[in-house]
Amino acid sequence: MSSIGTGYDLSASQFSPDGRVFQVEYAHKAVENSGTVIGLRGKDGVVFAVEKLVTSKLYEPGANKRIFNIDKNVGMAVSGLISDARQIVETARTEAMNYRAQYGSNIPLRFLNDRVSMYMHAYTLYSAVRPFGCSVILGAYEADGPVMYMIDPSGVSYGYYGCAVGKAKQAAKTEIEKLKLSDMTCKDLVKEAARIIYLVHDELKDKQFELELSWVGADTKGVFERVPQSVFQEAEKSAKAAMEDESDSDTEDM
Amino acid sequence: MASVVSGSLCIPARLWQNGPSASCLFNLSDGLADQNTYFAQRSQAPITTGTSVLGITFEGGVAIAADILGSYGSLARFRNCPRIMHVNDNIILGAGGDYADYQYLKDVIEQKILEEECLDDGFSIKPKALHCWLTRVMYNRRSKFDPFWNNFIVGGLQDDEPFLGTVDKLGTAYVDRHIATGYGAYMALPLMREEVERNPIMTKDAAQKLLVKCLEVLYYRDSRSFPKVKLIFDCLMSLQSLLSTCSFSFSPYCQLFYLFLISATI
Repeated sequence: MSSIGTGYDLSASQFSPDGRVFQVEYAHKAVENSGTVIGLRGKDGVVFAVEKLVTSKLYEPGANKRIFNIDKNVGMAVSGLISDARQIVETARTEAMNYRAQYGSNIPLRFLNDRVSMYMHAYTLYSAVRPFGCSVILGAYEADGPVMYMIDPSGVSYGYYGCAVGKAKQAAKTEIEKLKLSDMTCKDLVKEAARIIYLVHDELKDKQFELELSWVGADTKGVFERVPQSVFQEAEKSAKAAMEDESDSDTEDM
Repeated sequence: MASVVSGSLCIPARLWQNGPSASCLFNLSDGLADQNTYFAQRSQAPITTGTSVLGITFEGGVAIAADILGSYGSLARFRNCPRIMHVNDNIILGAGGDYADYQYLKDVIEQKILEEECLDDGFSIKPKALHCWLTRVMYNRRSKFDPFWNNFIVGGLQDDEPFLGTVDKLGTAYVDRHIATGYGAYMALPLMREEVERNPIMTKDAAQKLLVKCLEVLYYRDSRSFPKVKLIFDCLMSLQSLLSTCSFSFSPYCQLFYLFLISATI
């Protein structure tokens, strides 16, 4: 960030001489400070897992959730500034509602992604506004299978098989790449997702976190929802067990 | 507009200035009102309509029944217009009157429920609240002289207690243990009252039997009725027994019945 203080980083409406928009890059930084969020798309659904960092023991559990329902069949997991993200959630819900009012059916995720991306992009164009300090992952299970998109603060989006964003996105991506995503079912993915979140969590820097797990797929009949309590506990247990195994093998090596 | 008066159209030359012109309607206004375009047409009559809706409470639940005919005036035009909806896990709603108005409100209610589900706080609207909300909507529209031309019956479980209420197009609302709208208010309500008097604590089966009988009586007398009906239950027992048959579009506790009454005897 050698260009900090050169005067081109005060507004999202101005390029720097080397063709960058610093405000947008800072927004990416805001996302990188947040807890890790991963999205996995298997053969019969999409699974989201969030490492929600809890900065105080005095907070109620379950507050400030980071996975939202946009429509009955669409979910959104967010990383970055939670209050910015809520605005995007609200926009996405409105878009889904408008589509339903006009066409009488659920909005296809491709279109929802387009609309939300355009909305986020619009906030990178003017001097009076700042970009959103968050990345969002959209997921749904549609007639021709599961779909997942991730939108970053610049308003760019891609469709993904597996994606990760937040603090430990590199480590999480490395783990995700080891999976054969297109052969896996939601039930397997939930376990993997929980394991990855536990694995990439940095105990030294962030002490506490809450795991959030949601899915949509054939098993949920196309409804996006939190994973049931029993599945959640099983996934969390196996994630913790996997961590134990790893630390045991670490000590054996030594 | 019918009352347009202008000298050039009616009579080329006026005999009498500022007075009524012969063979034209006399217009009291100064002529400016003729150019008034600030008029609005309010709905004065329903178009495609549904007839009576019946609702009763019984031990541990409520049931609402209505036929599925959409009448176009006296013409039995649309024969698959179900007008009872599942609102959420503990509310059912039946509607008589203008079918388009019902469909519009149905969309509004469905969106309302969806938004509530999105909040993800574990709460969902209860029948009493929906009934109250509907009274506000209906009263608001009648106050604009543009009513939703419907009779609604809201049923469901209010904290495990059966609730049954109704709202009409004027916003008139009340709660009762058995309700019938339209023609049913004349034909079915006395039958229901009689039965409830005889058998105050009704079982689900008795309620179903009574509703079927009422629908039958109505079918033989109400010329806007139809032998194909929809009967929906919302009760504790079925909530438990039908959970395993949950599907995406239907709430788990509701059963659908299509009753063919043509050959039945009274």
